[in-house]
Amino acid sequence: MTDDPVRAALAEAATERAAILATLIRVTGDWELAEDCVQDAVERALSAWPVEGVPASPAGWLTTVARHRAIDLLRRRATERAKLQEVALMDEPETSPEDLLRLVFTCCHPALQVEARVALTLRTVAGLSTAEIAHAFLVAEPTMSQRLRRAKGKIAHARIPYRVPAPEQLAERTGGVLAVLYLVFNEGYGRRDGDLAAEALRLSRLLVDLMPSEDEARGLLALLLLQQARRATRFDRNGDLVPMEEQDRSRWDEAMVAEGLWHLRRAGSSGRPPGPYRLQAAIAACHVEAVDAASTDWARIVELYDALAVAQPSPVIELNRAIASGFLNGFEAGLEALDGLDAALTGYYLLPAARGDFLRRLGRSAAARTAYTAALGLAPGETERRLLERRLAEL
Amino acid sequence: MKYMMFVVVDPDAEATPREEDITIEEWLEDVETHGTRVTGDRLRPTSDATTVRISKGEVLVTDGPFTESKEWIAGFDILDCKDLDEAIAIAARHPQANGGKIELRPFWPLGE
Repeated sequence: MTDDPVRAALAEAATERAAILATLIRVTGDWELAEDCVQDAVERALSAWPVEGVPASPAGWLTTVARHRAIDLLRRRATERAKLQEVALMDEPETSPEDLLRLVFTCCHPALQVEARVALTLRTVAGLSTAEIAHAFLVAEPTMSQRLRRAKGKIAHARIPYRVPAPEQLAERTGGVLAVLYLVFNEGYGRRDGDLAAEALRLSRLLVDLMPSEDEARGLLALLLLQQARRATRFDRNGDLVPMEEQDRSRWDEAMVAEGLWHLRRAGSSGRPPGPYRLQAAIAACHVEAVDAASTDWARIVELYDALAVAQPSPVIELNRAIASGFLNGFEAGLEALDGLDAALTGYYLLPAARGDFLRRLGRSAAARTAYTAALGLAPGETERRLLERRLAEL
Repeated sequence: MKYMMFVVVDPDAEATPREEDITIEEWLEDVETHGTRVTGDRLRPTSDATTVRISKGEVLVTDGPFTESKEWIAGFDILDCKDLDEAIAIAARHPQANGGKIELRPFWPLGE
């Protein structure tokens, strides 16, 4: 295929492409215009590069073409505002990492709906097409397109600022950005294709590059790496979910594990008490560092969940803590810990599923069957249902 | 950029006292100093409100409105801010944000 090197060069320039977009938005204040111009530059690259060859600096080429396109469009508008925007562009504004960070924070602004934050981040920072995002989130393309338009409308109308938040807002807003990336990752992690997970990993790396001293951003990167390292073993040949204790640990991605552990250590050297992402990464580290499921350091994991329940109180974390405590203190104790969660987790399939697991391990098949059957009725998707059905068949 | 800030009372909400809580006088002094408040006031409750509408070609005046909602707008402020983040910071300091809620609506000037 003749256009392979072209696509590769474009993929390589993905971050720069987002940076160009970010800079055009800063200079013109016009999201639509900036997006059109960058899109136009990419399309021209797709037709020009196969003929003329990939330029020495693909990013530089894209920047120039996008900028000229913007100047063209602004000239045609012939308004006062457009003239000012055009003048700003004539100065050849430099793209900078700071611009990209502005773009990230604006896309993840808390005044936007969570779904819109996710979509906007994937569209502008990750450079996915509206169709790709719609497909990934199982919504119709016009719905996704409207969601994006609404979000951009609100940014303009409510004047959501295009900047990195002030120091007093930074910690909270960074947490918001990390939450968006983790959401994207989890959306992809539950599926076999995993494109979204890889994209979230890429964005999380980018964020660490942009904010190297943010230990929670690095904690998230560590967490994603340590989870993604197990990717090849999470599903079997039939596409069925493989529980961690049955995964073939020799097939976990060693390089990713090493990188994840490195980032976790580096985040720890900040001297700050660990936040939710560092804690979750530390839990993931306990799992990948155990040579087999039996030698998992459950005492440490329970300790980490205790800290996590303080840093980010949630019934799901309590559930995970209860499961870990069952492995540490015995399954009877685990069942007791689960009993306390019924009210908070009504309708959540993992609670009866966890109960079924403990009962199965205790050899109480009839009670396990009841619990698994309850979980089956609540399971959100086909993969989860198949695992529960397998458990039922094994009883 | 102008924002209408509605101060909403929610009888179901509970305030958790915080160290950084300030009084309405302190809040007012703050916004006056920074010149971020154009005007604002308290509003009498809905029991003192009057609704006016044209019905079947005639002016219809009724007491109320009395809606299902237990929340009501107890006051308003018009803010003039650099951007939404500044408006959010001002709203977050308003005493009613803790125990009630604040709604920020950007102005939509006629002709825009």
